[in-house]
Amino acid sequence: MDIQLTEEQELLRSSIQRFLREQYDFDERRKIVATDEGWSRRHWKSFAELGLCAAPFQESSGGLGGGSLATMIVMQEFGRNLVVEPYFETVVLAGGLIEDVGSAEQRQAFLPKIMEGEATWALAWAEGRSRYDFNNVTTTARRQGDKFVLSGTKAAVVGAPWADKLIVSARTSGGPRDRDGVSLFVVDRHAANLHLQSFKTIDGRRAAELTLMNVEVSADQMLGSDGAGVVALEATRDRAIAALCAEAVGAMSVLNSATLEYSKTRKQFGVALGTFQVLQHRMVDMFIALEEAISLTQHLNLSLAAQEPNGSKLASGAKSKVGYAARFVAEQAVQLHGGMGMSDELNVGHYFKRISSINVQFGDPAYHLMRYAQQS
Amino acid sequence: MELNLSREDAAFRNEVRAFIAENYPQEMCVPNPETDLTKEQSLLWHRILYTRGWIAPLWPKEYGGPGWSVTQRFIFEQETSRAGTLPPLAFSVTMVGPVIYTFGNDAQKKKFLPRILSGDDWWCQGYSELGSGSDLASVRTKAVRDGDHYIVNGHKTWTTLAQHADWIFCLVRTDPSAKPQAGISFLLIDMKSPGVTVRPIITIDGSHEVNDVFLEDVRVPAENLIGEENKGWTYAKFLLGNERTSMAGIGRSTRYLARLKQIVTTEVDEDDPAFGEFIREIARVELDVLALEATELRIVAQMSRGIDPGPAASLFKIRGTEIFQRITDLTHQAIGNYGLAIREHPVTANRFMPGPDYGHTATEKYLNSRKLSIYGGSNEVQRNIIAKAVLGL
Repeated sequence: MDIQLTEEQELLRSSIQRFLREQYDFDERRKIVATDEGWSRRHWKSFAELGLCAAPFQESSGGLGGGSLATMIVMQEFGRNLVVEPYFETVVLAGGLIEDVGSAEQRQAFLPKIMEGEATWALAWAEGRSRYDFNNVTTTARRQGDKFVLSGTKAAVVGAPWADKLIVSARTSGGPRDRDGVSLFVVDRHAANLHLQSFKTIDGRRAAELTLMNVEVSADQMLGSDGAGVVALEATRDRAIAALCAEAVGAMSVLNSATLEYSKTRKQFGVALGTFQVLQHRMVDMFIALEEAISLTQHLNLSLAAQEPNGSKLASGAKSKVGYAARFVAEQAVQLHGGMGMSDELNVGHYFKRISSINVQFGDPAYHLMRYAQQS
Repeated sequence: MELNLSREDAAFRNEVRAFIAENYPQEMCVPNPETDLTKEQSLLWHRILYTRGWIAPLWPKEYGGPGWSVTQRFIFEQETSRAGTLPPLAFSVTMVGPVIYTFGNDAQKKKFLPRILSGDDWWCQGYSELGSGSDLASVRTKAVRDGDHYIVNGHKTWTTLAQHADWIFCLVRTDPSAKPQAGISFLLIDMKSPGVTVRPIITIDGSHEVNDVFLEDVRVPAENLIGEENKGWTYAKFLLGNERTSMAGIGRSTRYLARLKQIVTTEVDEDDPAFGEFIREIARVELDVLALEATELRIVAQMSRGIDPGPAASLFKIRGTEIFQRITDLTHQAIGNYGLAIREHPVTANRFMPGPDYGHTATEKYLNSRKLSIYGGSNEVQRNIIAKAVLGL
């Protein structure tokens, strides 16, 4: 089952690696995170020029046709370098949704700009009390002639503060916990009566709480069919999980090699740390955790690419297993680096924080363990 | 769980409880007392305890201790920690104070002890160095005798709250030719001395608790040497024993566990797939706390009968820190999507923080508590201690 990359995929990977090595080292990333917006439009433009933003989309949409394996390749390298630009939010979440359920006009209107790096997007599905449940939507969208009027609040929307467009889930019918009746809308971030309160995330990004007070959206901005938003979001979550698992694998691989390197050079009690058997075994367990995470991530991405029927159950399985593995690796990497692992100066803590953040996006490892168990 | 208390001890417990309720400063009740208080604010409770005569439970009466029994000391520790009071600065009262009254000379006792008790002097600990963490015997900071002074050069790191400190107690190498443990001395250094520089280290939670302390040609009066030259290792080991006594942290874990339950009850619906998992994990941690508390009570009972607890401190440190880390981890998961948010330091009310108040410190606590299994002798080192001292391996 080991994925043998095609020549094209190998090329994609090596071009990302070269770019990130030359222009996205840890110091550069630190500078980017410290800016007001917390991301770099210059680097974003370069990602588009490298073809990363077009890589996963179908050729019929104007993309490069790389599918979920292209996303996996990009996200794994982004995980290695802790890239903070909104690739996941724009390309994987919003772009994926638009390609999946958007009308021909919508795909035509939105996807080229995404692929060219001209527009960034954010997906507003969560609410203050929803946890990870897509059904739990209290934001409403009332039909008024050829418009919808949206009211409510959306929570923890990563990338929202500077996104050009938002996709907002809102209820067009049904009760607050019904699976049916949730619809998706494209909302301009500068729309009247849309209020954002921004905050920083644990991993150096920016997010916002959204308050919509009668935000008007023309009816043709509904994405997908009326009331079928949850189904669309569930498919998005499967793709999102595949991408996040790949990112986690990238981060874990850096943590493992950094820890191994440190254990060979750092001396304690007159000998290298790596000579202590208890630490050797710990690092063996970190190695095993990474191998398992790589395997499940590949398995999931292949299954999604082949549109196998159990993809959603497998996605939950991978989110749980990779999440636990990544947390173990991250916590132990900090532990084995000692005080240095706690300092903001060293990169290790930043990988730890990205992994902690991945583990609360779209459901934590325990949530997905139980969702996996409940899926037939 | 409670000790079987005599009538006197029960009365003492009630007295402590009432004193805390009536006197703990409202100003110190902030979301995260360890990072959100100014130096002056964090000393308020210290000064109240000082005035009451309760600031140094461990100290003998002749030096200003309250003269409590083992049981009373435990009750005091239990009540203050259950109530969530910020413990007085450990580096002053618990660490350097006992070293000074045990190994210091009369002049040193007279000069330093009263100001430790009153809170007028803030102490920090100059033990760790780069490349010398849990392996303290490898310190490289040098002190060379020059007439009535030592000339000190070196670099201390992970120095907690050095930014507030008036004094630092340092392990320094005075005999480079001796075996690692044999050439170390215990020196008290005025932080205002020329050549002392403090540089903040920001940790992964964004807070500023620890520092680098650079010592460049610092002239330290020879009278600030504790005990004998080259005997510092003995004093340092004595002090580390004190550092780990209250590491079980039952009161803290109990409070954070109660908050975790409240968050899970409010945030996680019964039909949430993870609800049952939370209930199970909370029960598991609760039993861990109960078992550790029972162990602590058993050892306190043994100590009050005069039995040496041996390396029990290592057991408390290992389990106490692991339990607290688990609670902070579960709390971070319990707040769901808001686990993405983290407060910016220094904390001000002007910055927007999303989600319910009780979740605002969940992320920073999870990150910050990773330090617990590293500092004060890493948990790996504590396990080595038990393997050697208890199991004879």
